[in-house]
Amino acid sequence: MLSNLDPIVLARAQFAFTMSFHIVFPAFSIGLASYLAVLEALWLWTGREVFLNLFHYWLKIFAIAFGMGVVSGIVMSYQFGTNWSVFADKTGPVIGPLMAYEVLTAFFLEAGFLGVMLFGLERVGPRLHFFATLMVAIGTLISAFWILSANSWMQTPTGYAVNADGQFVVADWFKVIFNPSFPYRLVHMVLAAYLTTSLVVGAVGAYHLLRDPHLPGPRVMFSMAMWMAALVAPIQILAGDQHGLNTLAHQPAKVMAMEGHYQSHKDGAPLILFGLPDQAAGRVDYAIQIPKLSSLILKHSLDAPLAGLDTVPRENWPPVPITFWSFRIMIALGFLIFGLGLFSLWTRWRGTLFDSRPLHIFALTMGPAGFIAVLAGWITTETGRQPFTVYGLLRTADAASPLAAPAVGSSLLAFVIVYFIVFAAGAIYILRLMAASPHHGEQGPSGAMPARAAGITPASGAAGQGAPS
Amino acid sequence: MTAAVDLATVWAFIIAFAVFVYVVMDGFDLGLGMLFPLFPAKADRDVMMNSVAPVWDGNETWLVLGGGGLMAAFPLAYAVLMPALYTPVIAMLIGLVFRGVAFEFRWRTTAARNRWDVAFAAGSLLATLAQGVALGAILQGVQVEGRHYAGGWWDWLTPFSLLTGVALVIGYSLLGATWLILKTEGALREKAYRLSWGLLFAMLAAIAAVSIATPFLSIQYAQRWFAWPNVALAAPVPIAVAAVTALLMRSLGQKQDSRPFFLVLALFALSYAGLGISMYPFIVPQSITIWQAAAPQNSQIFMLVGVAGLVPLILGYTGWAYWVFRGKVRAGSGYH
Repeated sequence: MLSNLDPIVLARAQFAFTMSFHIVFPAFSIGLASYLAVLEALWLWTGREVFLNLFHYWLKIFAIAFGMGVVSGIVMSYQFGTNWSVFADKTGPVIGPLMAYEVLTAFFLEAGFLGVMLFGLERVGPRLHFFATLMVAIGTLISAFWILSANSWMQTPTGYAVNADGQFVVADWFKVIFNPSFPYRLVHMVLAAYLTTSLVVGAVGAYHLLRDPHLPGPRVMFSMAMWMAALVAPIQILAGDQHGLNTLAHQPAKVMAMEGHYQSHKDGAPLILFGLPDQAAGRVDYAIQIPKLSSLILKHSLDAPLAGLDTVPRENWPPVPITFWSFRIMIALGFLIFGLGLFSLWTRWRGTLFDSRPLHIFALTMGPAGFIAVLAGWITTETGRQPFTVYGLLRTADAASPLAAPAVGSSLLAFVIVYFIVFAAGAIYILRLMAASPHHGEQGPSGAMPARAAGITPASGAAGQGAPS
Repeated sequence: MTAAVDLATVWAFIIAFAVFVYVVMDGFDLGLGMLFPLFPAKADRDVMMNSVAPVWDGNETWLVLGGGGLMAAFPLAYAVLMPALYTPVIAMLIGLVFRGVAFEFRWRTTAARNRWDVAFAAGSLLATLAQGVALGAILQGVQVEGRHYAGGWWDWLTPFSLLTGVALVIGYSLLGATWLILKTEGALREKAYRLSWGLLFAMLAAIAAVSIATPFLSIQYAQRWFAWPNVALAAPVPIAVAAVTALLMRSLGQKQDSRPFFLVLALFALSYAGLGISMYPFIVPQSITIWQAAAPQNSQIFMLVGVAGLVPLILGYTGWAYWVFRGKVRAGSGYH
């Protein structure tokens, strides 16, 4: 059965599958690491126990999410070689160093201080422990810097030359790292990570407030999360718009796919709200559209002409239906998040932030929205880049390893089975932790508790580490 | 041209260093995982897990540096070796997934703890076996055409690669057992001493078997080890192995808790040096040398700056983390 399949299709499926699983963990842990640093800083600054309780509450959840992020990330780092060896050979001199710097500056920093962050509060004291937390948080952001630089270079390659072996080589490191789409992508992704985390924190807060609106921990985390959503969602919408304009300048075919513009429009392109893109026929059926709005958004002028995919050779078309729909899902969720932020501001102003059941239910249902939006956004940008891995220069079909379909197919099957077992279990354990409300003396580092309790050991028994020797 | 030659050699040493640090650091926690089935008591397993929980993540990062560094510094070797080692690499990754999440998951469930203990042990075994097999597959050489791997996807599986797989399982287990001697006390430590003796003899047998088998793989290996004047350069390695073994036996006999672990590290270093003597200057044995695989100079220089500046810093704070969690790990009385 497997031998009838195209190994490149299987390799792409494997990359999409493992990447989709992986990306939600960094998106969550970037935001959560910063949140933990803020909570610990507030505890050190104010001395209020509620912040320490919240810190320990989210630390346990962070530990699980981070662990899953690490193991799924190692898979990603080797996949370039196993399934995309031609890509690895050709882009290694450019992409390799960026990823090596990610390891050197970010992964080691996170991993080195993670142990102290999870288990070391009693051993090193609050100040040094806060330093460790801060290093982990900074590590997650540095990691985002390098990996988005690498990804952005694949989208908007600059600063390179091609050598006799057909490898991309670096002509200018500054232009490679700070390639044209990188600043936009980095801002968009980090804001997305912060929003994703705020929605999760807000949903957990809302869940416990729905049961008891007087719990101090849930009140604090809900309020903090809603501030984050209210402040960051509008900034994210602006950042997304700027990113879109940047994409139009450098990857016009991707924007055509996102907008569903198979045809060129000489005097003002409509904004297609919904419709069914038909890739074979090259048109969008049953389109509901607002005249001239696409030109207004993209060119800031009602009558500006806008080129469509009819100006692009057919073999260079991205798969429009996927890009078109994932883009709409992301945008819709973005505006829902913006709405949640506004709603929270209104209740805050009215003094009902902790009592408004509609707000709490809305916040609870929006809990996973950040993850879905991040996934949809990633699918938009990655499928919009197709049929290239390095935009305009290296075709996806020419980047794969010389492997037989059964090899790629069976490894894909193995990853699917393993990931569903492992990450389903992880999700259950995280949800179980979230179902308990943060309470007084939450896994506190007091002398009566085992040192390990700061991170991993459930209160219901397991070994402690004993006194430092 | 001289500069390019030097850079490739420098990078060969850097990658070899990263892989070696990975082997000794993740080696002991993988070994500890493989010893799990021999310690059925929950309290023992808790102590074992706690002895590595704060540091395992940093240990594993060296694997990412080894792989990422190989792609960056020797992209051609990475592009040829990864498809050649396809199945062992995928198996290793899957083993590491199970092993890695078990660190968190087993504390989060009472009912399924045994299952995550099994995942921890089986994942450690699978990852180790896969790494050992991959090593054997590299040593025996892979088929290359142009800039591609040209063999089949089962070429890695030979009696020799299985031998190196088993050898690594024994070696990591010995590292794990001596780590337990270092970090535990009481009955757990006593059992680790008993296991270390058996594993040491098994490891010596494995080193001997691999050493005897390797020269038969290719005439180049044989000449490297047995032809004059190479033999003069290579001879110190087996002599040093014998000396370290003697010291190790003495420290095990006298129950010097801290020494055995470091002496096993020395055995690993010597075996590793032996591999280096066999392979150099090939990065894909018999096919691609480090100079043929090297990335352009400016990529190697760009990264060299980072490595020179950051690796000492990384070793510094990694050392600090180990220092924070120094000493024996005790079962917390009264917490069960």
